[in-house]
Amino acid sequence: MFQWFIRLVPRGLRYGLKVISLLLAVSIIAFALVCASPIDPVQQYILGLGTAVSPERRAAIEEYWGVNDPPVERYLNWLGNLLRGDLGESALYRRPVAEIISQRFANSLALMICAWVLSGVIGFALGCVMGVFRDRWPDKLLKKICYLLSSVPTFWLGLVLLLVFAVTLGWFPVGFSSPIGVLEADVTFWQRLHHLALPAITLSIVSFPGIALHTRQKLVDVLSSEYVLFARARGEGTWTILRRHGLRNILLPALTLQFSSFAELFGGSVLAENVFSYPGLGSAVSAAGLNSDVPLLLGITVFSALFVCVGNTIANLLYGIVDPRIREVSQ
Amino acid sequence: MNRRLNRRTRTLILTAAMGVLILAVYAAGILVPEEWTASSFLDAKQPPSLQHWFGTDSLGRDLFWRTVKGLSVSMTVGIVASCVSAVIALLVGIAAAVGSKGVDGFINWLIDLVMGVPHTILIILISFCLGRGLKGLLVGIAATHWCSLARLIRGEVMQLRSQHYIALSRRLGKSSGWILTNHLLPHLIPQFFVGLILMFPHAILHEASVSFLGYGLPPEQPAIGIILSESMKYLSAGMWWPAVFPGLTLVLIVLLIDRLGENLRMILDPSSAQE
Repeated sequence: MFQWFIRLVPRGLRYGLKVISLLLAVSIIAFALVCASPIDPVQQYILGLGTAVSPERRAAIEEYWGVNDPPVERYLNWLGNLLRGDLGESALYRRPVAEIISQRFANSLALMICAWVLSGVIGFALGCVMGVFRDRWPDKLLKKICYLLSSVPTFWLGLVLLLVFAVTLGWFPVGFSSPIGVLEADVTFWQRLHHLALPAITLSIVSFPGIALHTRQKLVDVLSSEYVLFARARGEGTWTILRRHGLRNILLPALTLQFSSFAELFGGSVLAENVFSYPGLGSAVSAAGLNSDVPLLLGITVFSALFVCVGNTIANLLYGIVDPRIREVSQ
Repeated sequence: MNRRLNRRTRTLILTAAMGVLILAVYAAGILVPEEWTASSFLDAKQPPSLQHWFGTDSLGRDLFWRTVKGLSVSMTVGIVASCVSAVIALLVGIAAAVGSKGVDGFINWLIDLVMGVPHTILIILISFCLGRGLKGLLVGIAATHWCSLARLIRGEVMQLRSQHYIALSRRLGKSSGWILTNHLLPHLIPQFFVGLILMFPHAILHEASVSFLGYGLPPEQPAIGIILSESMKYLSAGMWWPAVFPGLTLVLIVLLIDRLGENLRMILDPSSAQE
């Protein structure tokens, strides 16, 4: 056991190095893109103040932001501050970026976890149904639905659900994460869930076809194998075969796929949050881009890369558990 | 369906019909005269009728023709961006498979990098860099969509490289360039085209999403994303048609292009049709 652990260390180090290099590259590219932009953040900041600004004051702001320093120096400054946990101050919300991110990420995380679990469970269940009923009508019907749903844009689905369930039927609130006019401390868990429901459903509907089709394919592979044929010859029923041979083989790969889909989840949440005016990271990032709030835009970009990275790392660890061959090859 | 036609012929006919339909929508969008989508305040906020199939928006513009126009704009963006992206994928994929271990490692790292940031955010960043406009949208979509196709092509070339006839022609003294054009490309071209067409739907959906967020095309352009983001303002006032119909049309076109790509794959690569 200890030996095995020792063997794992260089691999872990190499992986850690790769992750660090990727995150560094993301920060460099994001910073370079923002620097090359023709949109002047100082001008936007001054517009946002809403008052006239004297040239001296403007020069002071430029000095304070270090806009006139060479880009490399500015990047190193920014990176140094980033590593110390200081992401600068948002020009749009006039608060530290780190504070905005931590606050909004709590909202986004609640939304993404709900959507993630929901899409995983629905996708896996439908995938099993499709695999068991292979080439019969439930399979064909569900496959068509999956193909249809993967052509539906997230934001339009959100719009339609908003129209039907919030505007017409009035079952769900139209937006935001808590009722308007209620103090933050007084919002109950159920009220939060009520506001979360529609965006989470939107997000999970667009992401379950992928997992369903993947599960179906895996289950079809398992069910057409010879050991399943033998099990059937021994007289095991479909349900027993699914439980003894199917689920064991397909559950972990599905979970792995689910963990490696964090990028799509985050991208989808940007759209869902915008449709439902949900105060999470997604609505903050598009507002930051539209209002030229450079510190916030950079902060959220790096944070999203970190988020995706966590998902991929978990997926990679799971791969090792699912398929021992991957472990052995690396030894 | 006609029993005398076999499955391959049926697929061929279906694919051709889909292609014609998509081309028709595209051409219609370009040929529609300006007056048909001009605003007229007398007709503002009309629900769908025989005269205005999809109704009219708050400025009295006919939504059906606006949608058709928007679709052709979206398709142009999607097609141009995916073509660029597919060429990148082809070059990068071949380079990774043929190049040294270092090149391969670097390209894999690059793919991990592009896949490591949510695409919506990357497109927002690139669009921000290029001053929010059509150019930013095109570059953004082209820069984010090549990864999976590049991986596919890399795998394909790797597999082809280990074939005996490639080793043989190398022994016979053929140059790498000759092997590339005569042995590798003929295998890759069908894959490449299928990959290209299957990239369109993603590119179009991303275009619509990013326009919806307010990046990309200017508001006076009739892009689908912009029509839908305008429709949001009137949603609570009970105007449902600007949100429902343009979106539904977008879904249909995307689905159609997606199926076209899948059918084309079945025609070009019959073994995959059995799945």
